[in-house]
Amino acid sequence: MTQQVSSSGATSTAPTGAFDPRIVVFACNWCSYAGADTAGVSRIQHQPHFRMIRVMCSGRIQPAFVLRSFEKGADGVLVSGCHFGDCHYIFGNERAVEQFEKTMNVVKLLGIEEGRLRLEWISAAEGGRFAEVINEFTDQVRALGPSPFAVEDAIDEIEVPETGGCMNADKGEGKGEGVGEGEH
Amino acid sequence: MQQLAKDTNAWACYDCGKCTATCPISRAGADYSPRKHVLATNLGDEGLITRDESLFACLTCSLCDSRCPAEVGYTQLVQKLRERAFDAKIQPECPHGGALQSVMRMMAKGGTQQNRLNWLDDDLQTTPAEGDIFLWTGCTVYYDAFFPEFGLATVEGTRAAVKVLNSLGVTPVVSPEERCCGHDLLWNGDRASFEALARHNVELVAKSGAELVVTPCAECVRTWLLDYQPFLEGSKVRVQHLSEYLLERRDDLELKNGSSSKITFQDPCRLGRHLGIYHAPREVLNEVPGIEFEEMRRSGRRGACCAGGTWSNCDKFAKQIQIERLREARATGADVLVTACPKCQVHLACAMKDPNIGKEISIEMRDVAEVVASALV
Repeated sequence: MTQQVSSSGATSTAPTGAFDPRIVVFACNWCSYAGADTAGVSRIQHQPHFRMIRVMCSGRIQPAFVLRSFEKGADGVLVSGCHFGDCHYIFGNERAVEQFEKTMNVVKLLGIEEGRLRLEWISAAEGGRFAEVINEFTDQVRALGPSPFAVEDAIDEIEVPETGGCMNADKGEGKGEGVGEGEH
Repeated sequence: MQQLAKDTNAWACYDCGKCTATCPISRAGADYSPRKHVLATNLGDEGLITRDESLFACLTCSLCDSRCPAEVGYTQLVQKLRERAFDAKIQPECPHGGALQSVMRMMAKGGTQQNRLNWLDDDLQTTPAEGDIFLWTGCTVYYDAFFPEFGLATVEGTRAAVKVLNSLGVTPVVSPEERCCGHDLLWNGDRASFEALARHNVELVAKSGAELVVTPCAECVRTWLLDYQPFLEGSKVRVQHLSEYLLERRDDLELKNGSSSKITFQDPCRLGRHLGIYHAPREVLNEVPGIEFEEMRRSGRRGACCAGGTWSNCDKFAKQIQIERLREARATGADVLVTACPKCQVHLACAMKDPNIGKEISIEMRDVAEVVASALV
């Protein structure tokens, strides 16, 4: 679904040769992800430099998610969820705000620019707004330039399926070909 | 494995089981046995690290080391086994989703200007680059940002450290370029990131021209004194815990009768059993007039760990250990639980959040430096 949104909605508003940021977008299943879908279905044009991660609720997006994205080289992280009062789980997005504030404080301490992290409420109907937010945020991150933690192989690292553990580990249990068993 | 068994003296094990009998998590009911790990190491069982996730359950509190009649270095063994596990891509389920590890790894990569000194104000005299004494502040400011729900201000301990040093006429170097000491990454098995941090930090101190590094953090002092040794070769830098430094200069300390209170002291495992520093913090606390000191049932070498050492373990057994420890603290009748490690504060504060028994076990916590600073003339 992410692929569809990205490819159908892709435009090249960016000047050629400019830096294309790598942005991670966390979207809740009920509002923001559906909002992205609306943008795609309605063929609303927006910039394609983001990877979307769907979670059931924005309240699930704890500091570790965002910080791991930055650690792995993301240039920007967008956290999105339902508007207040619309949360599918009633108060999940209030939790999201708590988590986000905590994350923002740590991000500031680390010296990562505040502009690289953003919280937005996008409903399922707001396809246009989704495109607007993405364009605006992409331009903002582009202006900030590459993240200090960006590495050449960041994409490869991000696309490795993660199975849990705090260090991107494959525990290798019950999988036959697990890393752990294979090497010994 | 053979070399590992020799290095850690695991070969000397005669299977008495004292380690397992004494281990705080085994006693709390976990299916965990240091003895089994030592045995597996001696048998050259390479599968140990891949099979047994409990390797990451160890608190690394060193209580078993201090009881072992054969002087097996189990804590050291765990550290080395975790390094092997890390290389084999086997890792713990980190509490907090691994957020703290991410932060530490970003510091290891470097490239940003941290904003870690936002607690400095005009009353505190420090210098950013060069001086005789380097105050290693530690990561308290990050802990406060991570755990706002505990209502802790561990950074007050760091601020107090500056205040106390100022009162002794010292303007310490407090550098914005300081990074995590790498303690937790090392104990999680990530040696590469640890070494990157160690090199940066050692160079930073070398550049400052300081001959003495003083830190209020128990983990930092352990890391500097023991784990940084290979990086400090040929350097004349001395490292002390703040309490040791204050003890050396006790005659210059001018302390008035502070708010008289009864206190007890939690020995951080890093300061106590890892480094053998039991005396200094107690002496320094006794210098403060008006303070009544009461030991907990288990103190000094027997002291109980806060059960959260390296951000690699947290479970119901850890909570059990913390609750028990806080009950001991309350049983002394003390008003304040003093410690010398911010992590003890974080983990014990977490236990106090228990909705059922939180009230029974709650007690005010402060750093040694805070207690001394509050009594400054």
